[in-house]
Amino acid sequence: MLGRLSWAAIPFNEPFPIISGAIVLIVILAVLGIITVKGWWPYLWREWITSVDHKRIGIMYLTLGLVMLMRGYADAIMMRTQQAMAIGNAQGYLPPGHYDQIFSAHGTIMIFFVAMPLVIGLMNFVVPLQLGVRDVAFPVLNSVSFWLTASGALLVNTSLVIGNFARTGWMAYPPLSELPFSPDVGVDYYLWSLQISGIGTLLTGVNFVTTILKLRAPGMTYFRMPVFCWTALATNMLVVAAFPILTATFAMLLLDRYLGMHFFTNDRGGNQMMYVNLFWAWGHPEVYILILPAFGVFSEVVATFSGRGLFSYRSMVLATLGICVLSFMVWLHHFFTMGAGANVNAFFGIMSAIIAVPTGVKIFNWLFTLFRGRIVFRTPILFSVGFMVTFVIGGMTGVLLAVPPVDFVLHNSVFLVAHFHNVIIGGVLFGVLAGYNYWFPKAFGFTLDDRFGKASFWCWIIGFYLAFMPLYVLGMMGMTRRLEHIADPGWRPLLMIAEIGAVFIFLAILCQIAQLYVSIRTREVRRDRTGDPWNGRTLEWSTPSPPPAYNFAVMPRVETIDAFAEMKRRGMPPLEQAYEAIEMPRNSATGFITAFFAVITGFALIWHIWWIVILGLLAATATLMVFGWSETREHEIPAGEIARMERARLGLGWPG
Amino acid sequence: MNGPDRIFDDRTPGVEENEPSASFLSYTAGLALAILATIASFVVSQTNLLWAPGVPVGLVVLAFAQIGVHLVFFLHLGSGPDNTNNIIALSFGLLIVFLVITGSAWIIANLNANVMPTAVQSSH
Amino acid sequence: MTVATIEAVSTALARGRGGGGPAPTRIVVAYGFWIFLLSDFVLFSGLFAAYAVLSDQTAGGPSGPELFNLRSVFIETMCLLFSSYTCGLGALSAERRQPGRFLIFAAFTFVLGAAFLFIEGTEFAAMVRKGAGPSRSAFLSAFFTLVGTHGAHVTSGLIWLAYMVAQVVAKGLRPRVLRRLLCFSLFWHALDIIWIGVLTLVYLMGAR
Repeated sequence: MLGRLSWAAIPFNEPFPIISGAIVLIVILAVLGIITVKGWWPYLWREWITSVDHKRIGIMYLTLGLVMLMRGYADAIMMRTQQAMAIGNAQGYLPPGHYDQIFSAHGTIMIFFVAMPLVIGLMNFVVPLQLGVRDVAFPVLNSVSFWLTASGALLVNTSLVIGNFARTGWMAYPPLSELPFSPDVGVDYYLWSLQISGIGTLLTGVNFVTTILKLRAPGMTYFRMPVFCWTALATNMLVVAAFPILTATFAMLLLDRYLGMHFFTNDRGGNQMMYVNLFWAWGHPEVYILILPAFGVFSEVVATFSGRGLFSYRSMVLATLGICVLSFMVWLHHFFTMGAGANVNAFFGIMSAIIAVPTGVKIFNWLFTLFRGRIVFRTPILFSVGFMVTFVIGGMTGVLLAVPPVDFVLHNSVFLVAHFHNVIIGGVLFGVLAGYNYWFPKAFGFTLDDRFGKASFWCWIIGFYLAFMPLYVLGMMGMTRRLEHIADPGWRPLLMIAEIGAVFIFLAILCQIAQLYVSIRTREVRRDRTGDPWNGRTLEWSTPSPPPAYNFAVMPRVETIDAFAEMKRRGMPPLEQAYEAIEMPRNSATGFITAFFAVITGFALIWHIWWIVILGLLAATATLMVFGWSETREHEIPAGEIARMERARLGLGWPG
Repeated sequence: MNGPDRIFDDRTPGVEENEPSASFLSYTAGLALAILATIASFVVSQTNLLWAPGVPVGLVVLAFAQIGVHLVFFLHLGSGPDNTNNIIALSFGLLIVFLVITGSAWIIANLNANVMPTAVQSSH
Repeated sequence: MTVATIEAVSTALARGRGGGGPAPTRIVVAYGFWIFLLSDFVLFSGLFAAYAVLSDQTAGGPSGPELFNLRSVFIETMCLLFSSYTCGLGALSAERRQPGRFLIFAAFTFVLGAAFLFIEGTEFAAMVRKGAGPSRSAFLSAFFTLVGTHGAHVTSGLIWLAYMVAQVVAKGLRPRVLRRLLCFSLFWHALDIIWIGVLTLVYLMGAR
């Protein structure tokens, strides 16, 4: 009746998961309780849960990413603490089985449920505004994407209290992840939550490629698009081209586990190396999926806060597209040590060195933009400059690892761990935080506090260097990754420094929370009434903050690159315009309902509760069919209504 | 549609509102060509018409020819200036498909040659 | 040339392409679906790669030439080709607002697709009965997964087709229904392209 599920699935005898699970549960119940008592459900349902507005969906993605960042960080500090404690004779406080789950969950969550939602959230919020249009190509699909991603996150967190998570590392390599060696539900949680959220990500990719190629304001030719839109286009092309490979790979592993097939098993001709190969054929494009939007953010921030256009826009675009194609030709550098011959290793080593070139081009473009610019040192530019310094170091260690003989020495060491945290924290996370500080006033109508913003930046950068520079050294000394216990007491000082770094990152997160709290408290004095707090250059700053549901009362006409800067130079259009009726997509519960059934189906699949699987799939199909039958997906806002809203916003009062 | 609209209107695979009379012919021609290519593939694979080592090459060429037929006659993927977007997207997709299949085959063949003990391959 | 004409021409020039300006819904929907189909091709590329790598790993079990029946594969191929043809003619009739003809062609398409599935299912069942099921060897896992995924696509195509027929009967050939039909025929034609790959790599090369 309930498959593998029983009371034994709840780890009553293990204190950590039960305590943390109980705390999370209490917080969730408290939040739900407050919402119910205050009667906020109708508002939430109407304005957020069923919303298909790309701005709302973007904000929900960012919220999901930031909440999951806390979870991922909690895992990180537990690992750092264990490694700082369990040295020599000391055993630390985490049993190996639990420690293994923590590093697996940390990687999985940080990549799929922190970095992905954060960059997708930024793209969701910004891209249509920068393109000067009113929504994405498929608004309801966008909502489905978000809710499927959230479903995956929910399933991963469920594994905290019901059953357990994978103990295989975030890549889940077979044969360890095969049934004989991982018989419990951990790997199934991993696989199904990533399959579900992967569908969401793929649909986002389809949606944004179509939006950017087919929906742009009149006059916005390709070479008038803001750089962030270019990087978003490249990222989503990579999503469309890479995520299906991951889906296929996980599907094969699932077939091995559920139907006894032999893709990656030890016996009957299975080949584990094929999994590694296919995983990284997705995995390498994935790192560019994450970093390209961050490059886009830095391009916008650096240009805006230097008060001038981006240096060599065309080379920036070409570098982005070059990375987009090259990123599919380097994946073997993740497994040089697996035993391929010199010709294969040399080819992929050289390709990996080549892909550093367009990235170098970008760094120089940003430097030359800053050069002789009138730089305004606000929080976003601090993150950008911090990124440039940090990312160059991370990029160089990456090129070092791309040299096969060096990789033979450093493979699977904490040098590698330091390298990819260097590019992901110093690149992706700094980019997202720069974007968060930069676009927050656009989303909510008031700026974020700069003192706490700068404090959080300094804590982040100091914390990062303290936490990861020692790992470079330890990697050189021969420390491998994922150690639950450290035999060599000589490594203790460096591990203690890394632990202090992790505490600094905790302070950074606290500053971030304080920044948000203080900014909300003092929002009246920091209101952005112009819609353009930073003297921006692109179209999103030409509309009020926060923008109305329809983004632009009158569609902008674009004549140059940096369209809004040019409009300001020539003189703004008159405040009073001739408004026309606007057709907007209606709210839709399709996304939420689909995700509801996805969670139930996924959970039942994990626990082998087949009757619920069948019911869930039927219900999901029925939801799709009901949606596919619908006729009225748009509603029209009449011209008079728009004129009224615009007048109210501009403070013009009533005519006559 | 006529005049500038016909020239400049953006098209997508399967969109064919401009030439309704040509379409029946195009589908029929496509079907005929596809059947020819299929029969040719079967003949090539089942007879000794081609030099044996050349058979896989012949089959791949025929397969690509037939895929081309389907793209042009069934999916109406023209090559006019209006279709650039579709062609670019398709070429990007095909590039990825090519990289994944040939790259994997190359890598795994290399690994098999260097890593796999022969005993594992032959038994169960 | 009047200003209005110039504007009309430049808008036509610009729509949805380099010139900017949102493209019409029909173009947006079809293009989005085309991108989705490309992602489906990439999904299959993973399965093709797995098959290419594992096809000689029979683990002492039966190999391709012992199992494949090229006569039924030929019939299967013809079923798909003709169903694509009728699907195309159906789309043509829909474009010309001829619901009756559309329904006839849709019926042909459905029957041909179902025939394909029936033959494939019979072949699969025979293989399983011979002890050559998907868990016998890596080769058979890859075979059943690749060919079976194509079959699953055909199955969902048939469900979709039946659903679209219901829409046409209930609502008539209005623009929204036509857009959905357009996506369906793109999907159905794309399945043929995948099948050509399966036919060539799995059956014709594997049966030698």
